[in-house]
Amino acid sequence: MKRFSIGALAVLALAASMPLIFHNEYFFFAAYVVLQFVVLATAWNILGGYAGYVNFGSGAFFAVGAYTAVALYKAFALPLGLQILAGAAASGLLGFGVGMLTLRLRGIFFSIATIAVAIILETVVVNWSYVGGAKGLPIMRPTETPFFANHTVWLFFVMTLIAVVAVGAARFVETSWIGRGLRAIRDNEVAAECSGVPTLKLKLAAATLSGALMGAAGAPYAQYLSFVEPTSTFSLNYAINALAMPIIGGMGHWIGPLIGALLLGSVQQIVTVTISSEINVLVVGVMLVVFVVAAPEGILGLFRKFFPRRKS
Amino acid sequence: MTALLQVREVSKSFGGFTALDRVSIEIAKGERFGLIGPNGSGKTTLINCISGVLANDGGGIVFNGEEISRLPAYQRTRRGIARSFQIPRPFSSMSVLENLVVPLEYVAHRDSLLKADMQGEAMELLRGIGLADKADTPSNRLSQVELRKMELARAMAARPQLLISDEAMAGLSSNEVSEVLEILFKLNATGITIIMIEHIMQAVMKFSQRVICLDAGHIICEGTPQVIVANPDVQRAYLGA
Repeated sequence: MKRFSIGALAVLALAASMPLIFHNEYFFFAAYVVLQFVVLATAWNILGGYAGYVNFGSGAFFAVGAYTAVALYKAFALPLGLQILAGAAASGLLGFGVGMLTLRLRGIFFSIATIAVAIILETVVVNWSYVGGAKGLPIMRPTETPFFANHTVWLFFVMTLIAVVAVGAARFVETSWIGRGLRAIRDNEVAAECSGVPTLKLKLAAATLSGALMGAAGAPYAQYLSFVEPTSTFSLNYAINALAMPIIGGMGHWIGPLIGALLLGSVQQIVTVTISSEINVLVVGVMLVVFVVAAPEGILGLFRKFFPRRKS
Repeated sequence: MTALLQVREVSKSFGGFTALDRVSIEIAKGERFGLIGPNGSGKTTLINCISGVLANDGGGIVFNGEEISRLPAYQRTRRGIARSFQIPRPFSSMSVLENLVVPLEYVAHRDSLLKADMQGEAMELLRGIGLADKADTPSNRLSQVELRKMELARAMAARPQLLISDEAMAGLSSNEVSEVLEILFKLNATGITIIMIEHIMQAVMKFSQRVICLDAGHIICEGTPQVIVANPDVQRAYLGA
């Protein structure tokens, strides 16, 4: 725990000192996206990796965070911190609600419901003119930026903070009795229930936490782009990446989605800049296929295969 | 003789198929109880209803004086009903030891998670059942008999008053059968009530003080092993008319 806290603080300190090293604003613009994926992948893994319930609608949870923030910003000019908390609360509630309706059943029902929720919510937002409807809404960034010289750098730091919180939360879940319960559910739900694990409660808790973290990732999105519109906010890319990154990194351990997101996210950013923004979608697809076929346990699995842990 | 478990006119159907038709059973504290019947007679459905894996349609289940038939399975486990499965259901991503830690965390020590030495306790249980040397083995690498033993140990980790052993001996060699049988006798000697579901007649007859035979969702005979074996209905159910 201590080592992790020190690591987390070191990451935050590093992020805070980045402006001294990099002067090109685009670096922060791109790094923000990568960090956003760290949050999404980590959040997805809490339910998908630990408990084995696949969420295909990560884009919806992300967008609910984004649009909650936009609506509150427009209505009350809420500061960013509160926007993030509100976005997280709204998406957490969505996770709980979808879970309540479908997690009583085992298997694929939750996954199907998440797809449906994504489609329904996108339709709602497209027809909601207060937040811009289908044509979108420009968002004026606040004129004052706290702590940093530049608003993009500030948002980059905020997203680093969210990522640290997300990874910390995932790690806490994983190493506690909750994580063991979720793994028992994934391995065999009936046996878990008969071993005293309150499966429904744990699944709901995981769905809520996972949703809340995705919402937190989405909340600063409108400020980041100075604009929000439904197609890109509900983009299938989020859903695919949130699922592909943990699979590629390795799902059993909190560091898996982190590795997957840093790797895949960075590759996508580099490909977008150097080749084309269309190719970066291809990259995800190809890597996903390669990993599913050749290394179903992800990068972590490969690592464990070549460096088996010594018995302590 | 006080009843630990009372099954009162429990019914269960799947669509149009009636798996259990008003089945009533009373099991006393400390009893060794055998449940037999041909395939599809409703044995597993009955214990699924008792353990909470399935909800019964009609009737009631009373455990220790408390009506439990609307409680979820995990609540019943916490009240003292543990079981093994006909087809073993290990937590396959975990080691043998960790498999036992799950019920220790969620049942036995759920109010004292920080203080309890769960690894040590799990190890103790494994030693008792003869799996201590496999503690760190991933549970998906166990042999059939080891899996059966691990399931019994995992059930025991929930500190049950009632242990339901669902065909814990299916597919085992005769040496292994007597090994598992010995374990069950030992557990019963510590005061645990045991329901044994089994197709291996020698084992059930040797083990049980009282046996019930189910056929097509009805109890067709109840009594001591000798009475059961001599009963013409039982013979008909097993051998055909």
